[in-house]
Amino acid sequence: MQFMLLFSRQGKLRLQKWYVPLSDKEKKKITRELVQTVLARKPKMCSFLEWRDLKIVYKRYASLYFCCAIEDQDNELITLEIIHRYVELLDKYFGSVCELDIIFNFEKAYFILDEFLLGGEVQETSKKNVLKAIEQADLLQEKTETMYHSKIFIGFKKAY
Amino acid sequence: MLVQFFQRTHYSLLLLGKSKEAEIKRINKELANIRSKFKGDKALDGYSKKKYVCKLLFIFLLGHDIDFGHMEAVNLLSSNRYTEKQIGYLFISVLVNSNSELIRLINNAIKNDLASRNPTFMGLALHCIASVGSREMAEAFAGEIPKVLVAGDTMDSVKQSAALCLLRLYRTSPDLVPMGDWTSRVVHLLNDQHLGVVTAATSLITTLAQKNPEEFKTSVSLAVSRLSRIVTSASTDLQDYTYYFVPAPWLSVKLLRLLQCYPPPEDPAVRGRLTECLETILNKAQEPPKSKKVQHSNAKNAVLFEAISLIIHHDSEPNLLVRACNQLGQFLQHRETNLRYLALESMCTLASSEFSHEAVKTHIETVINALKTERDVSVRQRAVDLLYAMCDRSNAPQIVAEMLSYLETADYSIREEIVLKVAILAEKYAVDYTWYVDTILNLIRIAGDYVSEEVWYRVIQIVINRDDVQGYAAKTVFEALQAPACHENLVKVGGYILGEFGNLIAGDPRSSPLIQFNLLHSKFHLCSVPTRALLLSTYIKFVNLFPEVKPTIQDVLRSDSQLRNADVELQQRAVEYLRLSTVASTDILATVLEEMPPFPERESSILAKLKKKKGPSTVTDLEDTKRERSVDVNGGPEPAPASTSAMSTPSPSADLLGLGAAPPAPAGPPPSSGGGGLLVDVFSDSASVVAPLAPGSEDNFARFVCKNNGVLFENQLLQIGLKSEFRQNLGRMFIFYGNKTSTQFLNFTPTLICSDELQPNLNLQTKPVDPTVEGGAQVQQVVNIECVSDFTEAPVLNIQFRYGGTFQNVSVQLPITLNKFFQPTEMASQDFFQRWKQLSNPQQEVQNIFKAKHPMDTEVTKAKIIGFGSALLEEVDPNPANFVGAGIIHTKTTQIGCLLRLEPNLQAQMYRLTLRTSKEAVSQRLCELLSAQF
Repeated sequence: MQFMLLFSRQGKLRLQKWYVPLSDKEKKKITRELVQTVLARKPKMCSFLEWRDLKIVYKRYASLYFCCAIEDQDNELITLEIIHRYVELLDKYFGSVCELDIIFNFEKAYFILDEFLLGGEVQETSKKNVLKAIEQADLLQEKTETMYHSKIFIGFKKAY
Repeated sequence: MLVQFFQRTHYSLLLLGKSKEAEIKRINKELANIRSKFKGDKALDGYSKKKYVCKLLFIFLLGHDIDFGHMEAVNLLSSNRYTEKQIGYLFISVLVNSNSELIRLINNAIKNDLASRNPTFMGLALHCIASVGSREMAEAFAGEIPKVLVAGDTMDSVKQSAALCLLRLYRTSPDLVPMGDWTSRVVHLLNDQHLGVVTAATSLITTLAQKNPEEFKTSVSLAVSRLSRIVTSASTDLQDYTYYFVPAPWLSVKLLRLLQCYPPPEDPAVRGRLTECLETILNKAQEPPKSKKVQHSNAKNAVLFEAISLIIHHDSEPNLLVRACNQLGQFLQHRETNLRYLALESMCTLASSEFSHEAVKTHIETVINALKTERDVSVRQRAVDLLYAMCDRSNAPQIVAEMLSYLETADYSIREEIVLKVAILAEKYAVDYTWYVDTILNLIRIAGDYVSEEVWYRVIQIVINRDDVQGYAAKTVFEALQAPACHENLVKVGGYILGEFGNLIAGDPRSSPLIQFNLLHSKFHLCSVPTRALLLSTYIKFVNLFPEVKPTIQDVLRSDSQLRNADVELQQRAVEYLRLSTVASTDILATVLEEMPPFPERESSILAKLKKKKGPSTVTDLEDTKRERSVDVNGGPEPAPASTSAMSTPSPSADLLGLGAAPPAPAGPPPSSGGGGLLVDVFSDSASVVAPLAPGSEDNFARFVCKNNGVLFENQLLQIGLKSEFRQNLGRMFIFYGNKTSTQFLNFTPTLICSDELQPNLNLQTKPVDPTVEGGAQVQQVVNIECVSDFTEAPVLNIQFRYGGTFQNVSVQLPITLNKFFQPTEMASQDFFQRWKQLSNPQQEVQNIFKAKHPMDTEVTKAKIIGFGSALLEEVDPNPANFVGAGIIHTKTTQIGCLLRLEPNLQAQMYRLTLRTSKEAVSQRLCELLSAQF
């Protein structure tokens, strides 16, 4: 896979992950072109299209479009299910995920993606394993957060 | 808590951002705040650093550029706290370019984390390498990662990341990844107990095996046995690796993909086992689904399609190939569009195998039906590709006929490609060259605008080289030219062929030399300069072929419009040919103007055009086998194009015309943001306000009513030039945007806006232009135009861009007016008046009496009426001072006959203009447009 983009029906980019080196200018250009292309397609149309020398696989979930660019020999249907599995992972983690979850917890959306896909290839397909990794990280986070809490609290006391 | 904190800030950002300007202001304030924190004297603690780095990321993801904070993010990498490290790595992965100067510092931090033996830290470091994947990283870690990958005590999750990390580095810098002992141990990861490890390792092995097949040869048998275990397992065996009742679909697809790096296994046992696997997969496709969920069928069919790819790749088991073909045949009629699309695509490759070519051919009716009924253009495109791939001598007439009939309604985006395909098939499988000539002429008739030079050059080459078809070709072009409106390409082909072989049909009194000449010359004035030049050469050839028309032709050459033509080329030809015809003896004329010698038998220029694009080495074996089957069909030894994929790449000229594979852009304004219910939508990227029309644009607009080229708009920054052409109800407009300054224009976004009223009647398609226009540069945009029904308003072209720090917004009316779709009609006086009377209903006539705004010059008036698009009819009106015109407005839905009469009154300096058409709105609009011209 060369890249994955998440964007809203209004054409706002919500998440971008690039697996090939491209300049910022190219990324912006590609994004603009693809968003426009995909949004112009009608609901019942096929989920695949040829674009430049790549194949685009996209699917809409509620207000969000998930869009992957794969290479000529790559499998379209399995890519469609990559998208679905990612949605399932987000859904399980956030509890019926919505666009706002991804906007405000973008870092989590990225962490989950990195556990699932790495370097553009599927790394781990087991839902349990992916979420286990994320939950472990969250646990580590909570530990530090609690530490901060107490620190701030102490600081507060001192000031008075 | 972190999350809550962010949400509060973000909401405040969002709520305050009522407009683009307010958003930018708010964000700049935030950025200034962060900058001051970073630069402040007080050292920030890890938490604050993380907070601000995270905010920067958020702002970046909202679409703003971030040019600082990298150093702070790098600092976070060396924190001992997991969350700080994690945010640091995320920032680096998302925002750091592979050529950043910070790479050395980043590499240092990564090195420490890799050595930490803490699996979570190692995971973060590996994810970062896999995301950035720069050459410097490869230099630093390509030696290290294989060790991590194969070490006995590495945790599974780290192994997975290491495998894919190495894959990424290998893709970036294959030379830096040393092959060695580790490779054999990596291959054995295919046997690993952990399916996640196998999944990651298979991707790595596949990529490595493509470049080093010998080193990874042992992976074949391991992959086969792994695959076999998966496909025979019950759906519950693999626990969490089963996806909607399909066992390990991702891994299965990857294993099948790995096997495609190799020929069929030599070891009969392995080979037998693989065949069993493939048969099992094909069998499962026939079983009733275990779930109604689309995920189940998608996953199952993903494996099936990959298995079919492997079967096609091996191309050695006729039985499997035919089964695959039957399976795809079922999918061709499936209710899921996705499956129909993929079936058409896969069948294209099957069609090239000699074992399955015949089986594919049995589906021809279904594919033709798909071409006619599919609603999605990308599916129809696949159907065209498949028809092209399955075409051979036996079905060529049918397929060519179907493609021709599809061409009449085909989407603009794929017309040129279909034209090329038809031209190639017609030539390749022509048994009878009269069929070839008919086909190409049909092609020009149906889609003349999309017939590139290569196509009509080629038909001339073939006619010249084959004397058995010359008489037929002359007769056919002569007949085709009788049509009142014929495409300029037909005039070119006709002119050339009659000039060479007109003598072959001159015996028939219906196509006597004079009639031939008059026929060609009746088209002369409607043609462009190059065509006229070609016709002049035809005329001089006629002087040689038919001495009896010499005086007539000399008169034509002698006329002012030729001898004094403003175009140098035309003038020169007229002068030289006239001279040649007067001074040269018959013998000399015959020598100079001898029939063209045969062209050297070389490869088709059309194919050359395709091959140039793809490189000659892509001509594959299977095309050779196909060619053998069709040997001496066309006598020409030209190799076929590599594959249909070569066809689907738009040719260079296609790109130029904007007819490439890119789907059409919506003609309306971009989907407006706001009102979407989400708070965030108040952040709109595009300024939603379209500027009012630029001053003076009305005048410019009027100037384009009677002409097609010129400058539409100009101010101190920007110049907009136009060049357009129209034929029947279609048109094409080239818009040239010139940056008059020496500074870049950024975010340069031209948008075509059709009002709601206009939109259903006028169809505009275009592609976005490059958002950056360099100083002094010019960019071009092509607009394809289709007039669906008559219309009154003009579309608006809105251009927005940034120049220096300022936002520029310009709107002009685009001069696409109803009269552009005029086809002039010549008619005699009595016809004119008969029709004039037929249109006597008061609604059909519109009249306007107005004062002359320009000097009343007869010649200028004539030129304007012709420029307006109608024919100027001489000697029709009893009063010679009046002008009358006639023409047909072509729209997609209907054709509207129009008659007009302009009566000047010199004393009063007034005009009276009368329009009569069958439609009131048309009369009205044409009258408005034309009145403004005098």
